[in-house]
Amino acid sequence: MSTAISISSLVKTFGSVRALDGLDMTVATGEVHGFLGPNGAGKTTTLRILLGLLRADAGEVTLLGGHPWEDATELHRRLAYVPGDVTLWPNLTGGEVIDLLGRLRGGLDPKRRADLLERFDLDPTKKGRAYSKGNRQKVALIAALASDVELLLLDEPTAGLDPLMEATFRDLITVESHNGRTVLLASHILSEVEALCDRVSIVRDGRIVETGTLAELRHLTRTSVEVELIGSVHRLAGIAGVNDLQVDGTTARFAVDADAIDEVLRHLTEIGVRSLFSRPPTLEELFLRHYRHDPSSR
Amino acid sequence: MKHLSGTAPLVRFILRRDRLVLPAWVAALTIVPATTLSAFAELYPTDAAVETAARAFSSNPAFRAMFGPVFEANLGSLTAWRASIVLVIVGVATLLTVIRHTRVEEETGRRELLGSTVVGRHAPLTAALIVAVGANALLAMLVASGLAAQGQPIAGSVAFGMSMAGVGIVFAAVGAFAAQITEGAGGARAIGLSVLGLAYVLRAAGDAGGDGLTWLSWLSPIGWANRMRPFASEQWWVLGLLLGLAGLVTVAAFSLSARRDIGGGVIAPRPGPAEATSFAGTPLGLAWRIHRGLLVGWAAGFAVLGSIYGGVAEGVGDLLKDNPELLDIFERLGGGADTIIDLYLAGVMGVLGLIAAAYAVQASLRMRVEEESQRLEPVLATSVGRTRWMAGHLLLALGGPALALSAAGLAVGVTYGAVSGDLAGQVPRVLGAALAQLPAVWVLAGVAVALFGLLPRLSSLAWAGYGAVLFITLIGALLRLGQWFNGISPFNHLPNLPGGEAAITPFVALTGIGALLVASGVIGLGRRDIG
Repeated sequence: MSTAISISSLVKTFGSVRALDGLDMTVATGEVHGFLGPNGAGKTTTLRILLGLLRADAGEVTLLGGHPWEDATELHRRLAYVPGDVTLWPNLTGGEVIDLLGRLRGGLDPKRRADLLERFDLDPTKKGRAYSKGNRQKVALIAALASDVELLLLDEPTAGLDPLMEATFRDLITVESHNGRTVLLASHILSEVEALCDRVSIVRDGRIVETGTLAELRHLTRTSVEVELIGSVHRLAGIAGVNDLQVDGTTARFAVDADAIDEVLRHLTEIGVRSLFSRPPTLEELFLRHYRHDPSSR
Repeated sequence: MKHLSGTAPLVRFILRRDRLVLPAWVAALTIVPATTLSAFAELYPTDAAVETAARAFSSNPAFRAMFGPVFEANLGSLTAWRASIVLVIVGVATLLTVIRHTRVEEETGRRELLGSTVVGRHAPLTAALIVAVGANALLAMLVASGLAAQGQPIAGSVAFGMSMAGVGIVFAAVGAFAAQITEGAGGARAIGLSVLGLAYVLRAAGDAGGDGLTWLSWLSPIGWANRMRPFASEQWWVLGLLLGLAGLVTVAAFSLSARRDIGGGVIAPRPGPAEATSFAGTPLGLAWRIHRGLLVGWAAGFAVLGSIYGGVAEGVGDLLKDNPELLDIFERLGGGADTIIDLYLAGVMGVLGLIAAAYAVQASLRMRVEEESQRLEPVLATSVGRTRWMAGHLLLALGGPALALSAAGLAVGVTYGAVSGDLAGQVPRVLGAALAQLPAVWVLAGVAVALFGLLPRLSSLAWAGYGAVLFITLIGALLRLGQWFNGISPFNHLPNLPGGEAAITPFVALTGIGALLVASGVIGLGRRDIG
């Protein structure tokens, strides 16, 4: 499997602020990679370095086999970018902006453009200042998706879209992925990442704190269990691997460490199980695990 | 009164946001008349010297066009005359302040955020006007004290301060009115500045064009301010004209504001094309769309300016008929009526050059506007490189002023040529004289481009540089600080054309400096972070 993006020990400082602090990330060709993190964690800075808009202070970055700063214009023919905060020219219509960005990139498919306009239900004759936030976002999305490129860099692309359009966006990305395109999706909308991404990197304070497939990440955290027991519920208290135990009559709720599941289940059958409901950790729980224990950080 | 609730906190909010800009322009405008007075006091220590200077100044048509008439031979009157450029600047500053706190707020959507709180529908406009009027009242007091402190009569000092404030308040009202018309702040600024430009040209034409045309000056608020005659038996009632006009325009602005939607304008937007033309899909095509309105507006304004300046040129020669003594001087210098007209035209070209430089700075800073509004980012994320993107903007920022100056040069040449019956002779030499301003204009554009490339956060300092050049070019010579000081302004290196000797060296040197500055900006942008 070849690599579309490879970043190692990336550092970027703005004055005294260290926005990226040794960030490592690899995106394989053809995968949809989720880039998760709260506001200010360094997602946009990373994307801007990938686009050659910012110069890295230290570290190695390879994008589609090239150097993002040195080879910017050649690389940009092969990728499309959707910024998180889309501003349009007040006196240009949405249709003109789509054509403009497409042509500056090296051409766009008029049939696909028409199809996307219809699917996103966008009026291309309105001037830039007349569009709402969601519609400005659609302009940028159509401009990016109408081009035939290898890599899509998306920075919180669904901000401002309504749920219907969000679903359209998901369908489109799924199709793009089937067609072999690589997607780097920076987001803090966990359900979106969960639905679309093959692999995920979680960034915190300019560093990747977790990376892997969702299945791999789930192994790192606890499974929630809700169980109704025949025997005494209080026998659960002493078992290693059982956390956050809550007891309500004969029902117990708790979280189990991934490596203790087998052991805990053995204990449960010993006590006697009437019903059992277990849920793998959601991405949200994974995410919170990395942010919860240090409330003072950004 | 419920429409005004929230005005007081908004006033404080505006003052807080403008805590640097507002004091800066009030201070700059206070310093100009005070410095002019002290320079004149040193330059003309005796009554006889003042008398001679006043006569020389008022008989020079170029000076009359630039600064207006000298009403009486005393130091105060001379100061009010020479410093009258502040009347234009106070108009620009106040106009832009009002538009910035009204239409710009609406266009960016910040007004909506405020509108959802307890803020009456007229409160933002009222607050902006209160700040504008307050700043002008403060300015009037400071200017008056600055002059009176140097021993000038109180009445004249107060009259001059008030004439400035009067013009400022008129253009505060014009700004408030223009802000109601268009959805975009750019359009509102264009309307306001056009009115200001027209007011200046009417005054210039009226004052330079001989007795038959003085009524033109009476059509202009700037002309009214002169005609308050500070230090020359003040005509206080003229202040009433200024305040009356301001009041009327303000009422009109409020009645428009009461009728329209927030965010909307009086002129409704039309839908545009669904697809871009093939030209628009190039970096130059995009730059053209960004600069188009600016270029067309400036070129049209310059054409109007030029035709008025050119139209009164023949009348300038009449000044000599009434003044045989002066005719004698000119004849001894080897010329006659033609020489004095050339002198006037050269002065006009100097003014046009200074105005074109403002356009050049504004157009060059469009690149920073694109960057700050984050519209540059998606463009650079395509296969357009930084230099190629910049090339499109530079072509328009450097070529636009050339086009505007050509329009003005042609207009002066055609109107003056038609009146004097020498079209074929005048058009090329006047057009050439207009274009001779370009190297100096490009130096100022170069400063803006270099700042944008090397110190992007300080880009707007280009306006401070422009202000300094304006001051040195118009007032600098009076300060007698030496050649080096006057030499800071690129305009002081240009030969007086038409009529003067067209030496090649200054053109080459200034163009070279401009090119170096632009090149450093291009290199700077290639190396720095975007955003």
